[in-house]
Amino acid sequence: MEVGPLIYNQMVVDTLSDDEVDRLFHALADATRRDILRRSVAGEQCVSALAGHYQMSFAAVQKHVAVLERASLVTKHKRGREQIVRAYEPTVQRARHLLEDIEELWRQRAARISEVLAQQKGTS
Amino acid sequence: MTVVSSKKDASELTLTFVTEFDATPEDVWQVWSNPRLLEKWWGPYAYPATFVRHDFVVGGESRYFMTGPQGQIAPGWWCMESIEPPRRLAFANGVAGDDGEPRSDMPPMAASMTLEATSSGTRMTVVSRFISTEQMEKYLEMGMEEGMGQALTQIDALLAA
Repeated sequence: MEVGPLIYNQMVVDTLSDDEVDRLFHALADATRRDILRRSVAGEQCVSALAGHYQMSFAAVQKHVAVLERASLVTKHKRGREQIVRAYEPTVQRARHLLEDIEELWRQRAARISEVLAQQKGTS
Repeated sequence: MTVVSSKKDASELTLTFVTEFDATPEDVWQVWSNPRLLEKWWGPYAYPATFVRHDFVVGGESRYFMTGPQGQIAPGWWCMESIEPPRRLAFANGVAGDDGEPRSDMPPMAASMTLEATSSGTRMTVVSRFISTEQMEKYLEMGMEEGMGQALTQIDALLAA
């Protein structure tokens, strides 16, 4: 099944259902799948090349890709006899943007921790 | 305060934030363990936090709410997973509902904080790990206003310096 933009929008703009949250959680809870996603973010991958990186069967790697696909983290296309895996850019872009906001939140917090520490020094 | 490094990993949905303070690890530990100090910095400038509960023991829980400029309330919770004073703290941080209790439909983020003594003070490393972009958004919504609010607080900080 191809995960298109419509399904993506429904998934992240509306409130996630328990099933969808479970799928994302499940997808990112495995080290091999996180590695597949990291490689796909760097550039498109064919499943056979991905399979060469791991000590497991081609079928097992295919299953991992399918789990990422169901969570809208990657898309899969056929090119000739090869299956090409790409990171699903809207999901990844959104993640990058959100991480920037969270980074800014921590910058603010760190600045205020400094203020609190300076106040504590002054009162002790 | 010096920000040493900040690393964002979009595929792992993880932020690793490293900063140094001119204080001992014991003093920095206090800003996490003492709820009266914690609430001075946990919420963003425009959204001060109030911790109504902070059971700082393994398995203990916290309840807090942040109050926005128009009086809007953003409640959240922590659950302490590991406490090793004054070196390491790990906790779950999630969104609470209107009743102040954890929302079962929003899984928490995982946070860990480590402190190391350096020659000039303390290095603090905070790792925040999320499971989905939706979860990151909800986390930011707990008291965060986009763009404008952040820019204004930065200008305030510059003028105050």
